[in-house]
Amino acid sequence: MAARADGARDVIAVRRLSQRYGDGPDAIVALQDIDFSVAEGEFISIVGPSGCGKSTLLKILAGLLPASQGEAVLNGTPIDGPRKDIGMVFQSPVLFPWRNVLANVLLPADVQRLGREQMTGRALELLALVGLTGFEHRYPWELSGGMQQRVALVRALIHDPALLLMDEPFGALDALTRETMNVELQRIWLDRRKTVLFVTHSTTEAVFLADRVLVMTARPGRIGDMFDVKLPRPRSLDVMTTEAFGVHTRRIRAVLSGGGGIE
Amino acid sequence: MKPTGASFLLRLLLIAAFLAVWEAIVRLFAIPAFILPAPTSIFMALYRGIASSLYLDHVWITLTETLLGFALGTILAFGLGIAVALSRRIEYFLYPFIVMFQAMPKVALAPLIIIWCGLGLTSKVVSAALVAFFPLMVNTIVGLRSADEDRINLMRSLAATRGQIFWMLQLPNAMPYIFAGLEIAMIFALIGAIVAEFVGAQSGLGMLMQSMNFTMDVAGQFSVLLILSVLGLALNSLVSEVRRRVLFWDPSQKFNEAVKKKDIT
Repeated sequence: MAARADGARDVIAVRRLSQRYGDGPDAIVALQDIDFSVAEGEFISIVGPSGCGKSTLLKILAGLLPASQGEAVLNGTPIDGPRKDIGMVFQSPVLFPWRNVLANVLLPADVQRLGREQMTGRALELLALVGLTGFEHRYPWELSGGMQQRVALVRALIHDPALLLMDEPFGALDALTRETMNVELQRIWLDRRKTVLFVTHSTTEAVFLADRVLVMTARPGRIGDMFDVKLPRPRSLDVMTTEAFGVHTRRIRAVLSGGGGIE
Repeated sequence: MKPTGASFLLRLLLIAAFLAVWEAIVRLFAIPAFILPAPTSIFMALYRGIASSLYLDHVWITLTETLLGFALGTILAFGLGIAVALSRRIEYFLYPFIVMFQAMPKVALAPLIIIWCGLGLTSKVVSAALVAFFPLMVNTIVGLRSADEDRINLMRSLAATRGQIFWMLQLPNAMPYIFAGLEIAMIFALIGAIVAEFVGAQSGLGMLMQSMNFTMDVAGQFSVLLILSVLGLALNSLVSEVRRRVLFWDPSQKFNEAVKKKDIT
């Protein structure tokens, strides 16, 4: 599974990663023997039911949580703590209300002392990419939920991370905004070609965005299936109703219902 | 209720009616001035006190005591609050002291403070600082610890240092709590100063009231009370105004302002 057919360089290699909470027979196994790798510029969707450990996996990759066993390697160095080459988007936008849009976007630059002058140009360019030109000096509470999440996305890209981790970023948005954001994210990804790990509950969202889907089953969290999505890009929302798309979503459901994963 | 010119007039009339009824009762039943003075005699006492500049000197002294006590109390509360919030070890060792002091009515210490620090300015400042200290310290601790877990994770995921998490996240995040504490601390400082003046002082509005009490000048006492309310209101507005400017981003602040616009004015 680790080797890629197209020979692209691996950005992430996860090897026999396990996560246990507690000791002995009462221990809760959140993740068991997770094994995969991600090529540079690849978009991976991780889909699974609640409690399958997908958020735990992202936390480990972000260096926020040490793994009980196994390792994750990012660009050749093992992840053993927070690092500067990762961008993260959470389910809620997590904007700071005392900073305006531009200052929120520049937070990683401030933390990593990248110099506001150089980074401001990049910030304005990225804000233009997500359609937020003219909103630089607004405050988060003046923006809609979708706009706030776009700001969070720009903030995650500002320091040009090697890896973008997205933890159910559109889960709190309404269905229509969510679809718009999926199309937007695909457009931005086609423009920037970041390596992305995208965690979601939604089978359609997972297939729509991904080059490769990683299906996780719960208790213990392990990889139930992994497959490529070869649908041509850019994909429009209409692709969701095609038979080729349905094959993929049905495959995810089959794994989840077989593993007792679907609630 | 939507405020209109008519409702504002009604409000003034209500106050006037209250004072008129008070005046009438005092005159009708010939209530002695040392029990309940009529509003007119209170205003006369106020006028005399202000005209002779007697009140102004005492206002100035009480104000100085209050502001110095507020400054001292808030600096200590802020420093100690930060130390406790950031270090579980410091919290563990200070906890018994904090609990003991928190339960104690701080004004009850005023007689001791007079013995230790004398009848002058120092004892009033110490008393004001002591009373003002706790609400701000508690709010600082709660505020610094209230940072949302996702926000902390965001900062950590960017490889932020502990200092950066404090300055960029915890401190601004705690500001609404800190300002709520500052507003209480300001009023508490005034209470602390007045109580210490009651116990023993050579000047100040508390001392003035005390001496008026001995001469049964109740109208004078009422007039000083009036001054104290205005002073308290002014000090509170001062902190509120700073808060309004600093915390323009705070949702509860905007809510307060919306409420004020709708219901109060």
